[in-house]
Amino acid sequence: MSAKRIWAWFFILFGMVYFLLPLFGMFQFSLKMLRGRYSFEAYRVVLRDPQFQTTFGYSVVLALLTIVIGTLIVVPTAYWVRLKLPRARPFVEFVTLLPLVIPPIVIVFGYIRLYNTSSILPLTGSWIGTNILVLFGYTTLALPYMYRAVDTGLRAIDVATLTEAAQSLGASWVTILARVILPNVLVSVLSGAFLTFAIVIGEYVFAALLNLNTFGPYMVWMGGNRAYEPSALAVIAFGITWVCMGLIQLVTHFSKHTKAKR
Amino acid sequence: MSFLNLEHLEKFFGPTRVVKDFNLSVEKGEFISLLGPSGCGKTTVLRMVAGFESPTTGAITIDGQNMVGLAANRRKIGMVFQAYALFPNLTVAQNVGFGLRIAKVDKATIARRVAEMLAIVGLGEFGNRFPFQLSGGQQQRVALARALAPQPQVLLLDEPLSALDAKIRVSLREEIRAIQKKLGITTIFVTHDQEEALSMSDRVVVMHNGIASQTGAPFEIYSRPTTRFVAEFVGTLNLLTATVIDADTGTVRIGDTNVALNRPLPGKTGTISLALRPEVVTLGPSAGREITLKGRITEVHFLGSVIRIRIDLGGNSVLLDTFNTPDTPPPAVGTDAEISVAERDLMVLED
Ligand SMILES: Nc1ncnc2c1ncn2[C@@H]1O[C@H](COP(=O)(O)OP(=O)(O)OP(=O)(O)O)[C@@H](O)[C@H]1O
Ligand SMILES: [Mg+2]
Repeated sequence: MSAKRIWAWFFILFGMVYFLLPLFGMFQFSLKMLRGRYSFEAYRVVLRDPQFQTTFGYSVVLALLTIVIGTLIVVPTAYWVRLKLPRARPFVEFVTLLPLVIPPIVIVFGYIRLYNTSSILPLTGSWIGTNILVLFGYTTLALPYMYRAVDTGLRAIDVATLTEAAQSLGASWVTILARVILPNVLVSVLSGAFLTFAIVIGEYVFAALLNLNTFGPYMVWMGGNRAYEPSALAVIAFGITWVCMGLIQLVTHFSKHTKAKR
Repeated sequence: MSFLNLEHLEKFFGPTRVVKDFNLSVEKGEFISLLGPSGCGKTTVLRMVAGFESPTTGAITIDGQNMVGLAANRRKIGMVFQAYALFPNLTVAQNVGFGLRIAKVDKATIARRVAEMLAIVGLGEFGNRFPFQLSGGQQQRVALARALAPQPQVLLLDEPLSALDAKIRVSLREEIRAIQKKLGITTIFVTHDQEEALSMSDRVVVMHNGIASQTGAPFEIYSRPTTRFVAEFVGTLNLLTATVIDADTGTVRIGDTNVALNRPLPGKTGTISLALRPEVVTLGPSAGREITLKGRITEVHFLGSVIRIRIDLGGNSVLLDTFNTPDTPPPAVGTDAEISVAERDLMVLED
């Protein structure tokens, strides 16, 4: 084995240890709730906690709604930009990347200033308004991932010709989007959706500042008040993220089989 | 008034005029080809008929109804693309039924019509496959079936055979023509392949730089080209420079031989261009081809059943084809030769 390869292996191992050791430590700690032996007691307590169930359920619903709204905004936009405004693409891409450079705290403060109870559109004044606000906030956070995924998906199909083929068969714009474009970028939408799901489930800043009892604030509250359960929660949250990543892989892998050569 | 009319169509892309004063009347059930070199505006004309581009000026009517300004999805026009453009997420049957589903036809009728269309294109067994499971030729048949299923008023095909290999191209073009005749559908077919255009069409429109250079039956286009461009673009052509000696009797001088065309050449003076197809020239004397010209053989290409020979007539060079006969070897390069042509086969070109 050459020196080069030895070093490569060394760095891989080093990286893995660096990454896995804290995880392992946290996992081990989460098993120590019962004195003197390993058990899943902390997990049992967490999963049994009605607070966990309501906050987690709430976050799941928010995540799913975010995905729906995100899809409805991103797919037509990315499609239109590809079809009619190719020159606007760098600009649109830049806009979709903004949430990565503007901290969520800035966004949410902006929202609160714009939509507080003494504004023209007092969204924060009502429960439903606040939820609408947080959904749009989450959609913003999801934009970079959703847009990228969908745009890549659109690259794989001949958008212009498929559109014309559908038009000559009598399809309207809505029909084209629903029956031709969306089904063909569904895999991309899904991979964007899993990422969005993982982000929304763990999101803290928006929920805390808008005073919503989602999973994020619950985790933080747990962290401040309990010993073993936060570790169990962290492992669970981590697990969710990993499952989402795994699903992305699965979906992309699956898609390679159905669309092998076109 | 014909079924499909294009009147004084003009199309500008920015400052460039891509289609110029384009006129065409197509009868119901007619098969028209637009033939021309790359970039001459064939696709643009077709896309204006389909509604994907709007003409800068001019009129398009189908069955007496004005099409300009009507959205593409309301024109009832079937379109077949070079790149097939099948919906990858739908099966063959769903692809063919797409237009009918959009038109809200009931399920049973759709199923019947899809089966019928797939049978016509010879893919009855393939309804449940996905496009990526088909060969290019099969995909293009599906695209044809899909375009025809909603019974459009007009069928447009933009180089549908260009992406296929040579053998499929020939068999599919015959099939397309047979289906077109059977259904009696008015068709415009775009191609840059002259053999395709000549073999399939009722009439051919030869396009050049955005104008219709000549419109006519394939035989007419080939045998009686009216412009120099058509003469050169369609088929192989020999061009001879000649000097007019007497325009009234039609006497011209080719090289140093005086030739009587026996028809007046109104308004012609000085040098003119004469065109000659390779197949109307014989090597050596021939009955019925009374004009003889002397020259020297400069090239001999043995192509199997045909031998293509180039002869230098002193300034003009002429290509001619002779059939191979097993008992006489091909003539040698450098030998003197004499060719004979008939006066009526010497076409006088308008420049
Ligand atoms: N959207 C457009 N914007 C600007 N110019 C265009 C556009 N579409 C076509 N053109 C130009 O118009 C001319 C005619 O194009 P068109 O596609 O009609 O040619 P064509 O005869 O179909 O050629 P080909 O055989 O290569 O398909 C070309 O010079 C092309 O560059
Ligand atoms: Mg073209």
